[in-house]
Amino acid sequence: MSEFFTVSVLVATLAGGIRLATPFLLAALGETLGQRSGVLNLGVEGVMLIGAFAAYYTALETGSTVAGIAVAIGIGAVMGLIYAFLTVVMHAEQGISGIGIFLFGLGFTDLLFQKQVGTPLPIPGVGKAPIPILSDIPHLGEIFFDHNPLVYLAFLLVPIMWFVVNKTTFGLNVRAIGQTPEAADTLGVSVNLTRTFTIVIANCFAGLAGAALALEVGIFQQNLTAGQGFIAIALVYFGAWRMPWVMSGALLFGVVSSTVLQWKTLGIVSGPSSSLLAMAPAILTILVLVLVSRRVSAPAALTRPFDRAG
Amino acid sequence: MTALASPPRSPDPSEAAEHAGIRRLLRPLVGLVVPVSAVIAALAVGAIMLLALGANPLSGYKALFVGGFGSWDNLADTAIKAMPLMLVGVGISIAFRTGVINIGGEGQIIAGAILSTVVAIGLPDVPRPVLVPLVLLAGAVGGGIWGAIPGALKAYAGVNEILSTIMMNIVAAQFLSFLLQDLLIEEGAIRIQQTERLSENADLPLLPGGTRLHLGFLIAILVAVLGYFLLFRSSLGVRLRAVGHNPDASRYAGMAVKKSIVQALAFSGACAGVAGAILVFGSESHRLIGEGGAAGFTQNAGFNGIVTALFGGLHPLATVPASFLFGGLLTGGIELQRELQVPAALIVALNGVVVVFVVASFRLRGRLQSWVDAGRGGGA
Repeated sequence: MSEFFTVSVLVATLAGGIRLATPFLLAALGETLGQRSGVLNLGVEGVMLIGAFAAYYTALETGSTVAGIAVAIGIGAVMGLIYAFLTVVMHAEQGISGIGIFLFGLGFTDLLFQKQVGTPLPIPGVGKAPIPILSDIPHLGEIFFDHNPLVYLAFLLVPIMWFVVNKTTFGLNVRAIGQTPEAADTLGVSVNLTRTFTIVIANCFAGLAGAALALEVGIFQQNLTAGQGFIAIALVYFGAWRMPWVMSGALLFGVVSSTVLQWKTLGIVSGPSSSLLAMAPAILTILVLVLVSRRVSAPAALTRPFDRAG
Repeated sequence: MTALASPPRSPDPSEAAEHAGIRRLLRPLVGLVVPVSAVIAALAVGAIMLLALGANPLSGYKALFVGGFGSWDNLADTAIKAMPLMLVGVGISIAFRTGVINIGGEGQIIAGAILSTVVAIGLPDVPRPVLVPLVLLAGAVGGGIWGAIPGALKAYAGVNEILSTIMMNIVAAQFLSFLLQDLLIEEGAIRIQQTERLSENADLPLLPGGTRLHLGFLIAILVAVLGYFLLFRSSLGVRLRAVGHNPDASRYAGMAVKKSIVQALAFSGACAGVAGAILVFGSESHRLIGEGGAAGFTQNAGFNGIVTALFGGLHPLATVPASFLFGGLLTGGIELQRELQVPAALIVALNGVVVVFVVASFRLRGRLQSWVDAGRGGGA
């Protein structure tokens, strides 16, 4: 255990935590926006898988990670339109249709991977882009300012999304239709159009989160996400539907995952006990939900479809 | 377009009379709208995917059908695949009708399998007529506990059960992996995550007929019947369904809403836990094996059972034919892989499509129902 508490290992663990927090954060930011408008998107896990495969396959074929990221976001948008049609137009029960999207993503990506790739060929990751001057600060530089651009993007999106939700007319509309869609409708806000928009954005974020994960890992495999998309949804509850708190949750999960990895690398845990340790994020999620569920209140219209006719 | 949309509110009495015959004909068929439209839509999506993969959809569906239902042996394999789907599906029906979304079938199957395995290892010499019921009961208890935990968390701490059951799946899968690498590992085995061959006294006996079909099939049907009586023929079922229909009204009526939530998830988990025991003691290896990839121990039944339950309209008895259909897809998927080199993962994707279309077509059914009902009471 003593080998874990050295400066260089701790710095590497924290830096790794920020890197591993990125997919959680991206997915959770999008999910927060969607839930603020009253739509629970449980399909995040499936869309993340689809985004991950899209980014992986595109990068493998074209050699361009940028193209991979673009394709993942684009496919996220398509999945968003499908989910919007299901929930906004057809009023499908959101919890269950999200599980349908998950199953589809799980099977579909496995199918394509087996058919198109077969063996897990590695792809080049996204290169690090250290921020000049700041990255030279001892220790802090390595922890905060020596990452790939997707990491910076994810954390930059936190204040941006906060601003959009809290300081713009669009954000006001989103919050209104998440609480009392009928009142917002009376005031001339198009509930279903706004929801369609937030769902598409949320799914673009999920696709991007999947791309970030695939590029981080460097390969694709069946069920690559292994529950990360579901944890991202739990983070929205953890963060009480507020962007900065959602970010804190993502960081917590990133650091826990990074610590687990570090302990495996250092041989502090081995073989069977690493399976026990792999339960940590899931158990942490349950504990966090127990602590916060009674203390925060969800948007009042969450999971309730809107229909003017009643 | 407008003509299609307006009939429900048609003010013209003669028009209502004109449609009365059609309405009478349609009335018994309304319940079939959801499954039928879901199947057609899923088949269409599946055809598109097969085309995209360079396979002929017709030969693809032929391979699926022949593989699933083409011979007695194939039918028996389909029935074997249908057992866990049926059991999980009955459990899902109980939970969903109580208004609790149980996504934890995977974890509950594993919990049931672990507890029943422990019983079989602890009591290997108990005679077969006692040990077989005992391991099935242990499975029910294990799954029931694994379901009751998220139930209690929802009832008493307000924890969203969708998220907690999914997390319980991850915990159970990792715990199984831990046990199979450590406490329950077979002597001498290093690479394969599996237990030793469990006591022969716990083997589920084969049914006559010369196929691989075993007692688990009758157990699954028995559980479906019990599930039906629980939901629709007992006072407990009335309470559970009332809570599912309107928890607030049930609370004002003095019903124990919290207790109902815990009970529903416990029953639901118990059904999945029995599936776990059957997957161990009805398997050809008679071992508890690890979750390795797509062909892992649970065979994804915890999720596929949701598909079965939804397809069966959340009615325990209807999950019996529904699980045959989806069991057939699973066995047919193997044939599809062999004949057309299309990975069987296609079936998982198709199941997702079915879920989506089933929940999306509920609204369609509602519309049709109100149109059909509009014909009742003459030209009012």
